[in-house]
Amino acid sequence: MDFLRPTSLDEALAIKAQRPDAVPIAGGTDVMVELNFDHRRPEALLDLTRIGELAEWSTLDGTVTLGAGVPYARVIDELGDALPGLAMAARTVGSPQIRNRGTVGGNLGAASPAGDTHPVLLATGARVEVASVRGRRFIAAEDFYTGVKRNALEPDELITAVRLPAATGGEQFAKIGTRNAMVIAVCSFAIVLREGHVGAAIGSAAPTPRRVGEAERFLLDELPWDAPAPLADSLKRRFGDLVASAATPIDDVRGSAAYRTHALSVLARRTLTWAWDGYRGSVLQCA
Amino acid sequence: MRLNVTVNGERRQADDVWEGESLLYVLRERLGLPGSKNACEQGECGSCTVYLDDVPVCSCLVAAGQAEGREVRTVEGLAEGDALDPVQQSFVDAGAVQCGFCTPGLVVAAHDLLNRVPEPSDEEIREALAGNLCRCTGYEKILDAVRLAAGAR
Ligand SMILES: Cc1cc2nc3c(=O)[nH]c(=O)nc-3n(C[C@H](O)[C@H](O)[C@H](O)COP(=O)(O)OP(=O)(O)OC[C@H]3O[C@@H](n4cnc5c(N)ncnc54)[C@H](O)[C@@H]3O)c2cc1C
Ligand code: FES
Ligand code: FES
Repeated sequence: MDFLRPTSLDEALAIKAQRPDAVPIAGGTDVMVELNFDHRRPEALLDLTRIGELAEWSTLDGTVTLGAGVPYARVIDELGDALPGLAMAARTVGSPQIRNRGTVGGNLGAASPAGDTHPVLLATGARVEVASVRGRRFIAAEDFYTGVKRNALEPDELITAVRLPAATGGEQFAKIGTRNAMVIAVCSFAIVLREGHVGAAIGSAAPTPRRVGEAERFLLDELPWDAPAPLADSLKRRFGDLVASAATPIDDVRGSAAYRTHALSVLARRTLTWAWDGYRGSVLQCA
Repeated sequence: MRLNVTVNGERRQADDVWEGESLLYVLRERLGLPGSKNACEQGECGSCTVYLDDVPVCSCLVAAGQAEGREVRTVEGLAEGDALDPVQQSFVDAGAVQCGFCTPGLVVAAHDLLNRVPEPSDEEIREALAGNLCRCTGYEKILDAVRLAAGAR
C-alpha cells in the first residue's frame, strides 16, 4: 500500500488523476474502520489532512463555502450562527473524539443513507464543489447521492467544499437514536424555512437521503408567510403525513420500517414548529 | 515506511510501519507505549484516546502516516515524573478504576475537558465523556473523579 501525502490541492488532484484507485482519507472515521476490519485493502491512501485549502471556510454574499476537511467540532464552534442546521447535525455525530476528526467531506464521500449532514445539505439547497485536473464543478446536493453509499463523484475527483446559504430564517435538524451520543440515525429530518424557500429532507429512511418535494410544496403554499402566526395543528399533521409518505424505509437492527415512518412524521411536526418559530423571530427582528 | 512523530515530548521514529496501520498500533506495538488501549478498533469505546496536536482523538482511527511530524500525547505523558496528574490522582482517589481498561482514554478525555472548562457542570462532564465506554463502574465513580479533579486543579 502507498501512503500519499500531498500538501496542496493541486498536488492532490494530480495524484488522483494518476492514481484514481487511491482512497482519500480525511478524518479517517469511516476509512480506518474499514481498514482495521479488513473490509478494504486499497492500493493507496491519499491523505487530505495536510491540504490547507480544504480546512478553511469563508463567507461571501451570504453564501458559506465550507472546506471539505473542516472537522465537525469546528463547524459547531465557528459556524453555529451562520449554519445552525448543519451545526445541529454536527453536534449529533458520534462523540467528541469523532467530531474532532470527522468531516462533512467524509460524510459526503461515504454517502451513507444515515449520514447526518445529508438532510441538512439537501434542505438548505447546498451545492457540493468537486475538483479534478479537468477543472471544478458544482453538484446540487439532490443530484449527489446516487445510491446506497454511492455518490456522483468521478474517480479522478475530490470533494473540495460545500456551498450553502447562511441562515436567514429557521433551520432545524433532528434525529432518532437510542442515546444522545454515538448513534447512527434510526431516521433523521432537516427543515429550512426562509422567505420564498422551504427545504425539507429525510435521512436513514430510503436508499439515499432525499428531499420531500410534495411536503415542501405544501408548506410553501400553506404557511402564513405574510402574517407569521403560530401554526394550526392540522397543518403540522398534514405536513408530517406528507413527509412520512415520502419515505421508503427498510426493517433493520436499528428499527422497523413502520417505526421509521411514524417517527419521521413526529420529527417533521416538531421541527416545523421550531423552524417556524425561528423564521418568525427573524421576521420580527427585521420589522 | 518510516514514521517520525513526537510522542510525549520526545521525537520518536518507527520503521517498517505498514501504511494502513493505525496510530494506536504504532504506539502500542512499535513504540512500547501500551497505555492507550485497544478495545474496539472502530471509534466506539474511546479507550485509545490520545491528544493529536492537542486535540483528543481515537488513535485507532488515525492512519499512522497521518501522524507524521505531528505531536502525540498519550496517558503516559500526563504525569510529571512520579507525580500523577490531578486527573489521574482523582481516578485513584475516587475509586473510578476497576479493570482499568477504559481508564487511559477516560483520563485523557477528562484532562482535555478540564483544560477547556475548569469547572464543568455535570452535563458538560457527561457530554465530554460520551465517547468513552466503561463496562465495570457504572460511571458514577468516574463522574466523581472528574468533579474531584476539577476541585483539585
Ligand atoms: C464511532 C463512530 C460514530 C459515528 N457516528 C456518526 C454519526 O452519528 N453520524 C454520521 O453521519 N456519521 C457517523 N460516523 C461516520 C463518520 O464519522 C462520518 O461519516 C464522517 O463524516 C466521516 O468523515 P471523515 O473525515 O472521518 O471521513 P473518512 O473516513 O476520511 O472518509 C470517508 C469516505 O469519504 C471519502 N472522502 C473523504 N474526504 C473526501 C474528499 N475530500 N473527497 C472525496 N472523497 C473523500 C473517503 O475516501 C471515504 O470513502 C461515525 C463513525 C464512527 C467511527
Ligand atoms: S479502540 Fe479506538 S475507540 Fe475503541
Ligand atoms: S473499569 Fe473496566 S471498563 Fe471501565
